Amino acid sequence: MSEGAVKKFMFVNRKAPYGTIYALEALEVVLITAAFDQDVSLVFMDDGVYQLKKGQQTKGVEIKNFSPTYRALEGYDIEKLYVEKESLDARGLTEDDLLVDVTVLGRAEMGALMNEQDVVLSF
Amino acid sequence: MASIEVGGKSYETDEEGYLVNLAEWNPEVGVYLAGTESVELTEQHWEVINFLREYFEEYQIAPAVRVLTKAIGKKLGAEKGNSEYLYGLFPYGPGKQACKIAGLPKPTGCV
Amino acid sequence: MLHIINKSPLSNSSLESCLRVAVSGDILLTEDAVYAATSGNAFEGKLREAMGRFKVYVLQPDLDARGLGDRLIEGVTGVDHGGFVDLTISNNNCQSWL
Repeated sequence: MSEGAVKKFMFVNRKAPYGTIYALEALEVVLITAAFDQDVSLVFMDDGVYQLKKGQQTKGVEIKNFSPTYRALEGYDIEKLYVEKESLDARGLTEDDLLVDVTVLGRAEMGALMNEQDVVLSF
Repeated sequence: MASIEVGGKSYETDEEGYLVNLAEWNPEVGVYLAGTESVELTEQHWEVINFLREYFEEYQIAPAVRVLTKAIGKKLGAEKGNSEYLYGLFPYGPGKQACKIAGLPKPTGCV
Repeated sequence: MLHIINKSPLSNSSLESCLRVAVSGDILLTEDAVYAATSGNAFEGKLREAMGRFKVYVLQPDLDARGLGDRLIEGVTGVDHGGFVDLTISNNNCQSWL
């Protein structure tokens, strides 16, 4: 992309990990997007908040545990991680249950943030 | 599926020579893989290889070159955290080549 | 902003989540999401409530294909594929909820 043409990209994660491939695919797309120096935001809402749950142990299901990779995002200069408060509440989770630092937003703030984006991709 | 033979033991690799089972890696395999890349391993090489293995252990991915460069700079000093130094050690790219030698998968987004 | 939904709200939460989070703008219901805009379905009340904040559209060919062309809730606008394209142009951005 040409210099100066920085766009706001938002990746909306709404699926739990492991049950489907969406969460892992989204993470890979995000890592690739990081190479293009765009303004990237990640949103976790609905079952997507489960992606960030601490203490995932996948040995018993023989699937790769990709949750540690969320902690690598900072090194990729992806630092805007947003979690919707209502989704956390509905699942009995709090910010302390999450394995990375996030900004918790209420639904209205989340909606406003979506409106500001140039590109919104759902997973 | 391809394979390599090191020290009388067979190791599965993909069609590009990357180790399939990362847990099977050992330094001897690293030396062998370096040989297939015509890279002679020095202490400086091992610094990077060990760094990559630690990075993978912690984050479960092979870092992109840009991320690796920055992280190496942080850990080993600015004189090593630059492309010139890293490409000097691994001419075909610290991402591709060093990851292969370290027994890691190819970095995500690396074609 | 244009929100595109393609799943029935009776078996999938995408539309409900969209209505919870999104502030305002256009909503286009396609494929199985068109059921949300048919009279008498269990989600009708929630959709009607949202129609104050959003302008709601359905992709008419998807509605017709399901035999529900005559059940469209009043106030929801049917569009063809050309209208779909127009909506993506008239909005600054869009999100296809998955």
